[in-house]
Amino acid sequence: MADVVPARVLVPQAVPAGGAPAHAPAMAGETIAFEVKNFSLWYGARQALHDITIRIPAKKVTAIIGPSGCGKSTFIRALNRMHELTPGTRIAGDVRLFGEDVYGSSVEPTVVRRRVGMVFQKSNPFPTMSIAENVLVGLRLNGLTQKSFLRQRLEESLRMAALWDEVKDTLGRPGLSLSGGQQQRLCIARALAVKPEILLMDEPCSALDPIATAKVEELIHSLKVNYTVVIVTHNMQQAARCSDKTAFFYMGKLIEYDETRTIFMNPANPQTEAYVSGRFG
Amino acid sequence: MTAATDTFEPSRAHQTWRRWKSRGMSVLLGVCAVAVISPLFLVLYFLVSKGASALDWNFFTQLPKPTGELGGGMANAIVGTLMLLGMAAVVGVPIGVMGGVYLAEYGSDRANYWIRFAADVLNGIPSIVWGVVVWALLVVPFKTFSAYAGGAALGFMMIPLIMRTTEEVLVLVPQSYREAGLALGIARWKIITVIVIKTALKGIITGILIATARIAGETAPLLFTALGNNFWNHNLSEPIAALPLQIYNYAISPYDDWHRQAWAGALVLMGMILTLNIIVRVISRGHNKSN
Amino acid sequence: MSQSAILPEATPLITATSHWPDRSFRWLAIGAACMILILIGLVGWQLSRGAHLAMTAFGPGFLTSSKWDPVTDEYGAWPFIYGTLLSSLLAIVIAVPLGVATALFLTEMAPLRLRQPIVTLIEMLAAVPSVIFGLWGIFMLVPWLRDHLFQWISHSWLGYLPFFKGPIYGVSMLAGGIVVAIMILPIITSVSREILRSVPNLQREAAYALGATHWEVIRIAVLSYAGRGIFGAAVLGLGRALGETMAVTMVIGNRPEVSASLFAPGYTLASVIANEFTEANSDLYISSLFELGLVLLVVTFLVNAAAQLMLRTLTGQGMGKIK
Repeated sequence: MADVVPARVLVPQAVPAGGAPAHAPAMAGETIAFEVKNFSLWYGARQALHDITIRIPAKKVTAIIGPSGCGKSTFIRALNRMHELTPGTRIAGDVRLFGEDVYGSSVEPTVVRRRVGMVFQKSNPFPTMSIAENVLVGLRLNGLTQKSFLRQRLEESLRMAALWDEVKDTLGRPGLSLSGGQQQRLCIARALAVKPEILLMDEPCSALDPIATAKVEELIHSLKVNYTVVIVTHNMQQAARCSDKTAFFYMGKLIEYDETRTIFMNPANPQTEAYVSGRFG
Repeated sequence: MTAATDTFEPSRAHQTWRRWKSRGMSVLLGVCAVAVISPLFLVLYFLVSKGASALDWNFFTQLPKPTGELGGGMANAIVGTLMLLGMAAVVGVPIGVMGGVYLAEYGSDRANYWIRFAADVLNGIPSIVWGVVVWALLVVPFKTFSAYAGGAALGFMMIPLIMRTTEEVLVLVPQSYREAGLALGIARWKIITVIVIKTALKGIITGILIATARIAGETAPLLFTALGNNFWNHNLSEPIAALPLQIYNYAISPYDDWHRQAWAGALVLMGMILTLNIIVRVISRGHNKSN
Repeated sequence: MSQSAILPEATPLITATSHWPDRSFRWLAIGAACMILILIGLVGWQLSRGAHLAMTAFGPGFLTSSKWDPVTDEYGAWPFIYGTLLSSLLAIVIAVPLGVATALFLTEMAPLRLRQPIVTLIEMLAAVPSVIFGLWGIFMLVPWLRDHLFQWISHSWLGYLPFFKGPIYGVSMLAGGIVVAIMILPIITSVSREILRSVPNLQREAAYALGATHWEVIRIAVLSYAGRGIFGAAVLGLGRALGETMAVTMVIGNRPEVSASLFAPGYTLASVIANEFTEANSDLYISSLFELGLVLLVVTFLVNAAAQLMLRTLTGQGMGKIK
C-alpha cells in the first residue's frame, strides 16, 4: 500500500527563490501541513473569521472546538475552498498547503480539493450508486477506470475506513442501505479513495449514536499514521480523546491553540478555560 | 345593574337560519364540484361510445380514402403524430433540460427571475401564434410545409414546460451531494450530470412525459406547418399527417363516415395521452416509494 | 519538490483558463436559457414584420373597423377583438364561480378520501386536448344547445333580454364561452386551491372560536383573505381563455359579426387565423392576419403578466407548478 505521498505541486514553478520553504516548522522535525497567516473571511458585509494565524502539523489530528457560530466550520471549509460555493464570500490573508498557496491566482479549486478531502456532518452517499460505486466515484470521474486498480483501491479504502469486513459481500447494494454509522464510514472511504493528503472532518459524529461514534473515533486514530486530520467538533470529550493538538475558536477568532493536554488541563486563556470547563457553550 | 344591551342573546330562529345556510352552501359547493368534473365523463362517454364502434383493424392500418369514399383509416396520422412528437422532443428536451440546469445550478437570483419570467411568457403564447411564427420562420424560406416545421413548433412549446419541471427537481437534490462531489475534486460539469441529474432523473423524465402529453393534442401549431397529408410521409421536409389535424379536418367536414372516423381518432389520441399520464403516475409512485 | 501526480494518470496541473469541459458545459446551459429569450424575440419580430404591411395600410383604425372583406382587400379587427373578449368573458363568468366553489369544496369540505380522486379527475379534464372538446362540442353540445337550452332560454323571461334574441343556430358565442369555460376550469381550480391552502389555519380557527358556522368561516376567514389571490387566478384563467383556438373555432360559428346576442355566431382572433390563414391569397390579407396575431399576442401577454404579478406577490414564488 502506498505510503504518505510526497508533496505535490498545485502550480508549476511555485518553488520560491532559494528553494527553501518560506515558513519554519513549529517544532524541530515537524512538517507543517497548513500554514495559515492573518486569514479573514467575509460573508457579504459580515466578517466571519478574524485574522486567523495557525500552523497545522502533518500526520497529526488537530481538533477545532468552540461554541456554535464561532466560525470553526467556516474555517475548515476555507481550507479546501468550499466556501466559494456561497456567492458573496471574500477572503484575505494567506493559506499554504505544504508551502503552496491554496488561493493562488492560477490555482484550480478542484485540484486543491483532490488533495484536501472532506467528510461532512451528515453522511451523504450518492443515492443512485452502490457501495462500490460510491467509493470509486472520485476516481472514476477523474478518468481512472482501470479495473484492477479500482478494485485494489476499493478494498484499500474500505479497509482504512474499517468497513471492509461489513460490506465486502454486499458491495453492489445501494449506498443508502447501510446504517447511519456505516454510511458515514462509507463517506470516509469515498474521501480516502482519492488519496488526499489531508482529511477535513466537519462534526462527523454529530449525527451518529455512541457505538458508531466510537468506531469512527477509532478510525481517526488509525488514519493519523498516513493522513493529516483536521476535525471540527462541538463535543469536547471527543476532542480530548482523539486529537493531538486543539484550537479553540470563539466569535470568529482563534483564541488559543496548543497541545490537547494543555488546552484541557491548564489553558492559558481564561476564555478557553471557561469553555472547556463547561461554563459556557 | 346590567343594561339590556350588555348581553347579546341571538334568537333561536337566527341560529337555525345560520346553520341551514351553512349546510345549504356545503351542498352547493358539492354540486359545483360535481358540475366541474361532469364534462370529463360526458366527453369520455361519447368518445368511447362513438369512437369504439369505428375502431377496427382498417383504422389502424389504412390510409384515408379520397373525399367521399367510405372506409379507410388514420394509419398515417397515428404514425405522423409519433414522428412529430419525436422531432419535438429532439428540439424541446435538450434545450429545456439544459435551461433547467442553468436555473438550478448556474443562474444568479436576478438572472433567474428574468429567465423564469420569460419562460412564463413563452408558456402563455397562444398555440395559433406559434403556428404563424414557425410558418414565417421555417415554411416560407424553404417554400414548403414540412414535418420539420411541425416538429419545431411543438418543440418550442415544450421548452418552457420542461425547463420549469427540470429546475424544480434539480433544486430538490440536496446541496450536500454537490458538496460531497466537489470535495472529491470532481469537475463541476461531471457533478451536475453524473450525480445531480442522475439523482433527479425520474423527475426530469416525468416532466418530459407531461410536456409530451400536453403537446400531443395540439392542432393549431400544425395547421400551417405540418399541414397534414393524406399519404405516408417519406421525407421530413414534406407535409405530414397528424392525429389532431385529421380529427379536426374530418370533424368539420360534411361526411358522416368521416365524423365516425373523427371520433375513432379522438379515442386513439385520448388513449395515447392517458397512457402517458398513467406512465407518469407509475413512475412518480415508484419514486416516492423508494424514498 | 517532486511533481508526482495524486492519481497516477491524472494531470495535477490545471489552470483555470484551460478547463474547457467545465466552461463548455456552462456555456451550453447559458445558451439554453438564452434560447428562451431568443424565442420570445423571434415571435415578436416575426409577428411585427408580418403585420407591418397591414399596420401601415390601415393604421390604428384597424382595431375599430368592422369591415373584413377579402374581395376588396379591406380588413378590420373589431369583430374578432369583440368575439375574443366576449367569449373569454363568458368563459370566466361561468368558470370562476364553479372553479372557486370546487376549490373551496376540496380544501374546506371534502373528506380526505374524496380529495385525491376529484383532483385526479380534474387533472384528467386538463389533459383533454382542445380539438377533442371541439369535436364533442360540434356533435354533442351544439345540438343540445340548439334544440334544448337555447329554446328554453328564449321562451323564458330571459328571452326578453337583448342577450338572448335572434335566430338560434346552436353555434354561437355562448357555445364558445361554454367550451372555453370547461377548458379553463382545471387551472382556475388548481390555482384557487393553492391560494386557499395558503390561508393560515389561524384565520379559520379564530373564526371558529367566535362560534361561526362552517360557511361563515369560509366567507369571513378564508375568502376575504384569499380574495386577491382568487382574482389573480381568474386573470390567469382569462389569459388561457384568450388563446384558445380549436374548440372555439369548432363551435362559435365563424361569422365576423358584432352582435349583442349570445345566440349569434361570432369569430375570435385565434379562429379567424386558423380558418383563413392557408387561404389568404393577397399580401395584405396575410399581413392583416399577422396583425390579428400580434394583437392577440399583446393582449394575452398583458393579461398573463398581470396575473403573474398578482399571484407572485401573494405566494412569494413563480407559478412554476401551473402548466
